[in-house]
Amino acid sequence: MSEASPAKAYALHLGVIALLFVLSFMLPDYYHGLLARIMVLAVFAMGYNMLFGYVGLFSLGHAMFFGAGLYGAGLAIIQLGWSVPLALLGGIACGAVLALAIGLLALRTTGVAFMIVTMMFAQVFYLLILYFAAWTGGDQGQVVPQPARVLNLGATSLDLTNPTVRYMSALVLFALVLLVTLAVVRSRYGRVLVAIRENEERTKMLGYDTFSNKLIAVVASGTICAASGAAYAVLFGYVGSSFASVQYSILPLLWVLLGGAATTLGPLIGTVFMYYVIDVTSGYTSAYLLIVGIALILLVLFFPKGILGSIRQRWLGWLP
Amino acid sequence: MHFGPHLLLAALEGLVTSAVLALTALGLSLVFGVMRVVNVAHGEFFMLGAVLAWAISTAISGHPALGFLAALVIAPLIVGAIALVAERLVLRRLNYNPEATIVATIGMLYIIQQLALSFYGPEARPVEPPFSYRILLPWFGYSGYKLSIIAASALLLIATWLVLTRTRIGLIMRATQYDSETAQAFGIPVDRVYGGVFALGAMLAAIAAVLIVPISQAHYLMGQDPLLLSFIVVIIGGLGSLRGTVVAAVLIGLSDGIISMFFSPTLAKIIATLLVAMVLVFRPQGLFGTASR
Amino acid sequence: MTPLLATKGLSRNFGGLRAVDSVDFTLMPGEIRAVIGPNGAGKTTFVSMVSGRIQPSSGAIVFDGTDITSLPAYVRVRQGIAYTFQITSIYANLSVYANVALPVQLTLRHGPSKSAIQAAVMTALERTGLADRAHMPAGQLSYGHQRLLEVAMGLALKPRLLILDEPTQGLADSEIDNFIVLVRDIASSATVLLIEHNMPVVMQLADRITVFNAGKILAEGTPEAIRENAAVQEAYLGTAP
Repeated sequence: MSEASPAKAYALHLGVIALLFVLSFMLPDYYHGLLARIMVLAVFAMGYNMLFGYVGLFSLGHAMFFGAGLYGAGLAIIQLGWSVPLALLGGIACGAVLALAIGLLALRTTGVAFMIVTMMFAQVFYLLILYFAAWTGGDQGQVVPQPARVLNLGATSLDLTNPTVRYMSALVLFALVLLVTLAVVRSRYGRVLVAIRENEERTKMLGYDTFSNKLIAVVASGTICAASGAAYAVLFGYVGSSFASVQYSILPLLWVLLGGAATTLGPLIGTVFMYYVIDVTSGYTSAYLLIVGIALILLVLFFPKGILGSIRQRWLGWLP
Repeated sequence: MHFGPHLLLAALEGLVTSAVLALTALGLSLVFGVMRVVNVAHGEFFMLGAVLAWAISTAISGHPALGFLAALVIAPLIVGAIALVAERLVLRRLNYNPEATIVATIGMLYIIQQLALSFYGPEARPVEPPFSYRILLPWFGYSGYKLSIIAASALLLIATWLVLTRTRIGLIMRATQYDSETAQAFGIPVDRVYGGVFALGAMLAAIAAVLIVPISQAHYLMGQDPLLLSFIVVIIGGLGSLRGTVVAAVLIGLSDGIISMFFSPTLAKIIATLLVAMVLVFRPQGLFGTASR
Repeated sequence: MTPLLATKGLSRNFGGLRAVDSVDFTLMPGEIRAVIGPNGAGKTTFVSMVSGRIQPSSGAIVFDGTDITSLPAYVRVRQGIAYTFQITSIYANLSVYANVALPVQLTLRHGPSKSAIQAAVMTALERTGLADRAHMPAGQLSYGHQRLLEVAMGLALKPRLLILDEPTQGLADSEIDNFIVLVRDIASSATVLLIEHNMPVVMQLADRITVFNAGKILAEGTPEAIRENAAVQEAYLGTAP
C-alpha cells in the first residue's frame, strides 16, 4: 500500500500547500476570498473523512461538531468578550467534549442506526440553538464584531478581517490538519482504523479494543470539525443556525464522496470542485440544492470512489 | 370552556394527527421492513401528494368534493409512479445497499424539494375540503371532515393489514421481508416486490397528505415534519412492525397535541428527538418490539 | 502442572435451546486437542465462549490460573488466546502483508520498529508458505491460501493457545497434508485446540480428543480410546465421513 513511498507522499502534500500559498498572490479578489472559505470548509470535510473514510463510520450529524466550534468560538467573543485565541480554544474544546459524549452514546449502535442517531443528536443541537435564540441569535444568527477579530501576538497584532491575513490563517489551519491527517493515516493507529472499517469482528479477535479506537476517532473527527467551525466564526465573522442544520451534515459527506473517501487530499478536491460546479451553474439556476441532490445520486451510482479514489485505483496506488 | 371539553378537543386534534401520521409512518415502515431501505425522501413524497392535490383540485371545476376525490385517486398514483421510477433508476442499481440508498434518498429529497419550489413556488396554498359539515357537540362544534380523516385512515390501515396478513401479495411481501434470498429461490420476483413496496410506501404518504391538505396547506417544505415524526413513530414502534407503528402513531399524535399545549413547539421537538435517539441507543428494537436475534 | 485452560460448568442458552450444557473441560499446556462431534453439538459455541466472542449464560473460564470469564475478547487475545474463524474472515481489500502486520504490531507494542514488524510478518508468512504472495490483495488468494492466511494471522499473535475452528474445511487433499505438518510445527510453541470434522486429520494430529454431543462432553481420551468407545460410535459415527 502506501508503505513504499513516504517521501513521495509528503512531497505531494507539501507541494499542495505551497501551491495554495502561491495562489494567494495570483488570484483575483473574488476567488481569493472564496478559496480562503473553501480551505476552512475543507478542514471540516477532512474531519468528516477521518471518521467516514478511514473508520467507515457513517455519520449524518457532523454539523453539530462544526456548529459547536462555530458557536463555541463565536459566542465566547460576542457574549463573553474573550480574545480570539481563547475563543478558538474554547470552540475546539466544545467540539471535543460534545464528540466524546456523542461517541459514547452513538457507538453503541452500528450501521443505519448510527446514521439516524447522529442525525437526531444533530437535530437536537440545531433546535437548541433556535430555542436559546436570545443568546445565540436564533435563525438570524449574529455577526462577530469587527474590532474583536484581531489576533494579538506579543507586540504585533493581526487584523483577521484583512483578506491576506484571513487567507494565510485559513492556509495555516488547513496545512496543519492536512499534515496531521497524513501522519495519522500512515501511523500504526491509522492502520487499525482501516482494519476496523474493513472487518471489525476480525480486528477485535486480533486483540484490538475496537470501541476505544472508534471513540478516539470520533473525538478526533469532532475536534477537527470544531476547529473548522471556530476558525469560520473568527475569520468570516458570522455565526448562524443554518451551519448546524441537516444540510451542513450532508455537505461534508458530499465533498468527501466527490473528492474520494479515505484519501487525504480528497476532501479539498471535493470541496473545491463542488464550489466550482455551483459557481458555474449559478448563472442558470438558483436552486443549488438541486445540484447537490443530483451530485449525490450520480456519485453513489456511478462514482462511489470519488475523484482521487478512482485515480488511486487506476494509476497512483501510492496515494495516501 | 372547562377542562374536560378542552381535553376532548385536544384529543380529537391529536387523533387527526395520529391518523395521518400512522399512514405516513406505515409507508416508511413497510419500505424499511421489506427492503431494509431508510427512505429519507419519504417526507417529500408526502409533500408531492399535497402539492399534486392542490394542482388537481384547482384544475377540476364544480363541487369541491369532485376535485378532492379526483386528487385522492390521482395524486397517490402519480406519486407511486414517480417512486417506482426512482426505485428502478437508482435504488435497484445500488443493490439496496443500506448506506448508499440513504445517500441516494437524501439526493432525491433535495431534487424533489427544489423542483417543487421551481414549479409550484414558495407559497402555501389551501385545498377546499370536500364537505364542510360541522358536528355539533354539547360544548363545541367540530369539523366533520376532520372526523372523516380518522375514519378514512382507520379503514386504510385495516385494509393494509388485511392485505398483509390474508392475501397472497401479503404472503409474498412477508416472505421477501423474512429472507429475500430464499424467497428468490422459491420463484418470488423479489425485484418486482421491492419496486411495488417502494411505490406503495410513497403512495401511503401521498394519501395521508391528500387527506390532511384541506386542513393544513400545501407547501414545498411541508415534508420535513412528517419525515421526522414518521422516523420517531417507526423507531418507537419497532422497525418494521405494523401494530407497533399504529400504536406509536396514536401515542405520538396524542402527546404531540397535549405537549404542545404546555411547552413551546421547539422544546417539544427537542425532547421528542432526544428521547427517540435514546430509544435507538438503548432499546433499538423499539419500545413495543421484542428483541430479535 | 496447572492446566492452560479450564472451564467449570460452562453453559450457554439460545432462547430455549441449551447449546452448551454445563461443560467441565481442561487442557494441558503443549497439547494438541481435537474437539469433535455432530453438527449442532455445541463445539463452535464452546470455543466462542473461550475466545470471548460469546458471553456464557453461566459457568467460569480459567486461563493459566486466572479467571477470564468476564474479560472482553480483545483482552483475552492479548493474554494469549488466538482464534481463527470457521468462515474465513480476512481483510480482503488489504494486502496479505497488511493482514499479518496488524496482529504483529500488537505483539510488538513495546519498541516496535519497522524492521522488527517486517521480520515478524515474514516469519509468520514463511511458516504458512505465503511469503511469495505477501503483496497480493488477500481477497485474490485462493480459498486454501485464505485459510492459511487465517492461521498466519493467528500465529502472528504469538499465542499460547491457538483455537482453529474447522481449518481444513474446503481444502484439497494435498493442502490438507501440508496443513497437518503446519499444525505440528505450531504445536511446538503453542497449545492447539482444534475443531475438526475430518477424522483422518483428527486421528493423525490429536494427542487427545474430546467428543461433544448435544451440548455436553460425551467422551474424552486418546485417539485409540475414542475409536474404541461404544458410546461415541453410536452417537457420532453415523454422521462421520
